[in-house]
Amino acid sequence: MSNKDAYWNKTRNHMIITLVLWAFFSLVIFMFGSELNTMSFLGYPLAYYMTAQGSLLAFVIMLFWTANKQEKIDEEHGYSEREED
Amino acid sequence: MFKGNFIQNLPKIYGTYTGGFFIFIILMAIAEQAGVSAKNIGVMFVAFTVLIYAMIGYLSRTIQVDAYYVAGRQVPTVFNGMATAADWMSGASFVALAGGVYFGGYTYMAFLVGWTGGYVLVATLMAPYLRKFGCYTVPDFIGTRYGGNLVRACSVFVLFIASFTYVTAQINATGTIASRALGIPFEAGVWVGLISILICSMLGGMRAVTWTQVAQYIVLIVAYLIPVFWISNKVGGGVFPHLMLGDKVQYLAELEQQFGLVKNSAADMKAAGVPGGLKYISGSHSGVPEGGMAVWKYLSLAICMMVGTASLPHILMRYFTTPTVRAARKSVAWSLFFIFLLYSSAPMLATLSKLALMDPNLPTGIIGKSISDVQSIEWVQRWSEVKQVFIADFNGDGILQLNEWFMRGDVVVLATPEVAGLPFVISGLVFAGGMAAAMSTADGLVLAISNALSHDIYYKIIDPKADTAKRLLVARVLLVLIGAAGAYIASFRLTSILGSVAWAFDFAMSGLFFPLVLGVWWKRATRAGAIAGIMAGILSGLFYLLWVYPKFSVPIFGGVNTPFLGIDHLRFGMIGAPVCLVVMVVVSLMTKEPDAATQKMVDDTRIPTGKAILGKQH
Repeated sequence: MSNKDAYWNKTRNHMIITLVLWAFFSLVIFMFGSELNTMSFLGYPLAYYMTAQGSLLAFVIMLFWTANKQEKIDEEHGYSEREED
Repeated sequence: MFKGNFIQNLPKIYGTYTGGFFIFIILMAIAEQAGVSAKNIGVMFVAFTVLIYAMIGYLSRTIQVDAYYVAGRQVPTVFNGMATAADWMSGASFVALAGGVYFGGYTYMAFLVGWTGGYVLVATLMAPYLRKFGCYTVPDFIGTRYGGNLVRACSVFVLFIASFTYVTAQINATGTIASRALGIPFEAGVWVGLISILICSMLGGMRAVTWTQVAQYIVLIVAYLIPVFWISNKVGGGVFPHLMLGDKVQYLAELEQQFGLVKNSAADMKAAGVPGGLKYISGSHSGVPEGGMAVWKYLSLAICMMVGTASLPHILMRYFTTPTVRAARKSVAWSLFFIFLLYSSAPMLATLSKLALMDPNLPTGIIGKSISDVQSIEWVQRWSEVKQVFIADFNGDGILQLNEWFMRGDVVVLATPEVAGLPFVISGLVFAGGMAAAMSTADGLVLAISNALSHDIYYKIIDPKADTAKRLLVARVLLVLIGAAGAYIASFRLTSILGSVAWAFDFAMSGLFFPLVLGVWWKRATRAGAIAGIMAGILSGLFYLLWVYPKFSVPIFGGVNTPFLGIDHLRFGMIGAPVCLVVMVVVSLMTKEPDAATQKMVDDTRIPTGKAILGKQH
């Protein structure tokens, strides 16, 4: 397998992991909204907290994490732009 | 100070600007104490900030094609994040979001998840690859990847429908805020708004829009957060509401029990003469509605907003302006961070606003008090006069019940500072913030449309030999025409017929999402597949909208149709996007696979380093 293909495989797997996490925080947890709401976090009912703040925060963290991870994959395969900017 | 090392000086420039803005707020507070009228403070806030934007727009003028279309591709990560956040958060987000949460509770907050979660799709599937491609506009990518003028024209068609639906609403919001703050008629407000928008974008295109949007973000976030924190401390919500309102949310649930969540009958409301557009609280603030249909409604709305976010051209084109692919990825993360600051505050503002009105222990509480007392409160009188709030004593007991208090959603943002007894300077600040939010989104949208028409239709299809001066002239003329058309339509106040901002998301996801994603992620996608997918997606979506939305279906189909699987007019992208995917895949597989040159182009797009597919100037 060429370096290009190996790079793309890793990038694709990384994309899939990110989208699984994304689906968890945006869709899966809200399938169980009424169950979650019986629990509480910081005093908020949990489902309310997630839709008002929690999932939003998870997306922000996820994006910084995913960008850093992708940069590592770039570096491993010699596609890093570090010298260019 | 805008010459030479402008990019390195950015933190200093915007730091000074932010400091200057705070000094201006303090000066206004002093002016209020000195007896300047509330109306004049509002005028000064809006006039001062708009003047600054116009100045930035003028200083960023350019005669270069790549500066006009993609800000010279030198916008640093964090600043592009701020500009995107301003581009994203519309007048509706600023003024109406908290009101939506106030009335809609948990169910409405699917919008919050949708309008933020979409950025994960932007970052993983789109932004870095489109940046590597080196396109000027979204149709530029589709036209080059699939090859040919027809597919380019099809994507411009979708872009036009989606963005124009959105821009009319934004110019409408600009007009509303300008008319309220300046005390002029709405029709005049729309044109004042339009002129402000054009001054910011006409001379410098994307470059000017970028630097004004950063300035607008600073104004709008300051204008949103100061009241939230201040009100929170006033009504006992704690110094940091985001972490400390848990008890209050549970207390609101108790108050709802105590006052009772009652649904008014339409006949009662009509008899009492409740003005149109005013709502009352009939649903729970934090409770989750039971049942599979409720879950599906929540999820389908979130999906439409997320996928729509990842397809809206005015957002995607912001990531064409970063210096590198890496910067584009990080920039998406920063964008969402800056958006998060406002979106996570909207439910807090809604909670505080409810608390201020419902808590019987607070001096501001009005529910459960005698109606004649409530009617003598100054802010109630002021907002009643303009038909923004209304009281109907259904049971005739002279006590204000929860279901007898009506107000417009916008009032939550615009009046809560007054309700909680904050000085008027804060209300002036809120006007400036709303104006910044509406202007920045309108700017981005008008530019997205006129750039697609000037670059993709005029230059790429009609006159490929046009020189730079002519291209930029055409781009500017189109910008003015699109803006004027938007303002003309907005001045009719058709919003009740035009429907919702959500439609723009549904249109964009129906026609653009899969052609963009598959263009990068599936080499086998062909030109014929893309053309068929785009047209099938947008037309099926449009047809479903006409069929399901009563205001269209009654004259066209002669009756009201029941939404299929609960997919109503807010969610018609749930029909359009799958149709687009299936048609695109089937037609692609039926046609010959793309040639070697196209496959190589896709390979190059996937790798961050190396030359862009399209040249720096093209």
